[in-house]
Amino acid sequence: MLDSVKPLRVVGAGQTPPAGERAAHDVDSPLAITGLTVSYGGKPALLSVDFTVPAGAMVAIVGPNGAGKSTLIKAALGIVPRIAGEVRVFGAPVERAMARIAYVPQRASIDWDFPATVIDVVSMGFYRRLGLLRLAGNRYRQKALDCLERVGMAAFAARQIGQLSGGQQQRVFIARALAQDADLYILDEPFAGVDAVTERAIVAVLKDLQARGKTIICVHHDLGTVQDYFDHVLLLNVRRIASGPVAETFTPAKLQETYGGRLVAVQGAGA
Amino acid sequence: MNSDFVMLNLPPLVVGVLTAVCCALPGNFLVLRRQALVGDAVSHVVLPGIVLAFVITGSVAAGPMLLGAGLAAVGSLVLIEIIRRVGRIEPGAAMGVVFTAMFAGGILLLEQTNTGHVHLDVEHALYGSLESIVWFDGEGWHSLFDSAALAQLPPQVPRLALTLLAVCVFIAVFWKELFIGTFDPGFAATVGARPGLVGLALAVVVAVVAVMAFDAVGAIIVVAMFICPAGAARLMTDRLFPQLLWSVAFAVISAVVGYCLAAFAPSWFGFSHALSAAGMIATVAGVVFAAACLFGPRRRRAGQVA
Repeated sequence: MLDSVKPLRVVGAGQTPPAGERAAHDVDSPLAITGLTVSYGGKPALLSVDFTVPAGAMVAIVGPNGAGKSTLIKAALGIVPRIAGEVRVFGAPVERAMARIAYVPQRASIDWDFPATVIDVVSMGFYRRLGLLRLAGNRYRQKALDCLERVGMAAFAARQIGQLSGGQQQRVFIARALAQDADLYILDEPFAGVDAVTERAIVAVLKDLQARGKTIICVHHDLGTVQDYFDHVLLLNVRRIASGPVAETFTPAKLQETYGGRLVAVQGAGA
Repeated sequence: MNSDFVMLNLPPLVVGVLTAVCCALPGNFLVLRRQALVGDAVSHVVLPGIVLAFVITGSVAAGPMLLGAGLAAVGSLVLIEIIRRVGRIEPGAAMGVVFTAMFAGGILLLEQTNTGHVHLDVEHALYGSLESIVWFDGEGWHSLFDSAALAQLPPQVPRLALTLLAVCVFIAVFWKELFIGTFDPGFAATVGARPGLVGLALAVVVAVVAVMAFDAVGAIIVVAMFICPAGAARLMTDRLFPQLLWSVAFAVISAVVGYCLAAFAPSWFGFSHALSAAGMIATVAGVVFAAACLFGPRRRRAGQVA
């Protein structure tokens, strides 16, 4: 808690931000996490993490293996139970704001040998709007094709998902998130194991979403591209090490602190 | 076909087909969720519950049997949790211990019950007794249009027909939830498709089907009926709804061919005794699965070179 108060005090000494504006910013934040603690079998996976995402930001969550990056977003979304902590999305408790969130799980967590076609998967994005007992009709089929078009996959609509390359599967997942028409996009390792063409296509789609005022959060493992793709970063290793704009936060010293002694390429990434 | 067929062969054939389809439909989701052995576990665990219900009520009525099976299932979950915590062993081992011990307990219990006027023996419990299902009022095909005769249908027929209807309604109503929750449970949770609740409901449906099918095909062979048609169907198509239709077709084929082979084939070769119908149905289901593995159009899975 002390860590999160300190920067505010420094700013306050210089230019006295109006208290009302600060409160309003907190309330409107697309994702505000306080004191989030998660444990797997008695071992803490996350310890009292505070993290506030500014509206319209494109945020990378960075940290070593086992740092709790995926756990953070799963716990925030209620997929993994949390021991303590509060999660607010656009000012409301996360449970009541789920309709404004699109979540893209790790591609590797899915059995792609499932009897479904590309358009079946994209149509899952319409679930909330359809409700019980209604199936996606022609109007939704066209919407799904539009979403596939945006990721360059419209030609594969009838293909079984197991017959796609890893990059194509990831683009189908992005299209499903687009179908949800959300305000906050949370993606778990969207660039893991994808080809360069797919990576560029996904970055373009995400930047386009950002240009439309959406907020994007990615668990990200490639330190070399953080500065190119993102404007905010959370450095995580069970605890929050640092968070803020990339220019101030993504420094060799803070990365070293995040990764302990295990990081060799920090200077290369930071340069 | 003479009048004997309607009295002696039609009822077990219909019960066999209904049972096979009842098992095959939820079996599709078990196979896709990699929970194929849930059917196995459930059919083992419910045995002592069914036997206890039989001992207490002295009848094989559906209500008490379902209640007993449900209690046995809950009891097994509690036992697994206790063994896991007290014994500090991995969950798989705890489950293995509980399932087999409860099944063995059920068998022992069963051996003590052969005193009442309603007979429930070990063989019946393990392999079912399709052959003993007789429609005494079925004097010929005309009986199918005789309401008095229809009222005397063996109770298994309407019971399984209702079960099949319930299974179909369950799948139709929760189609999207089953589809999304089976494919991507994490995503399903974030869009409010309640994958945990739907998974629990699926387990309950499987347990109800296992209890209803117990009478006809027994506790062992019901496992084959959950898995074989669905597994074979998976190799025929790459979409879920066609897969369900294929599994129904395979279930019907297994039941009809299996029953006919068991009832009639021995006499073609000069043997006087018919074979176990449930055993033959499960065997045919296995042969169908093997054929789908060898010749199914989708037998090459993702990642394999075409």
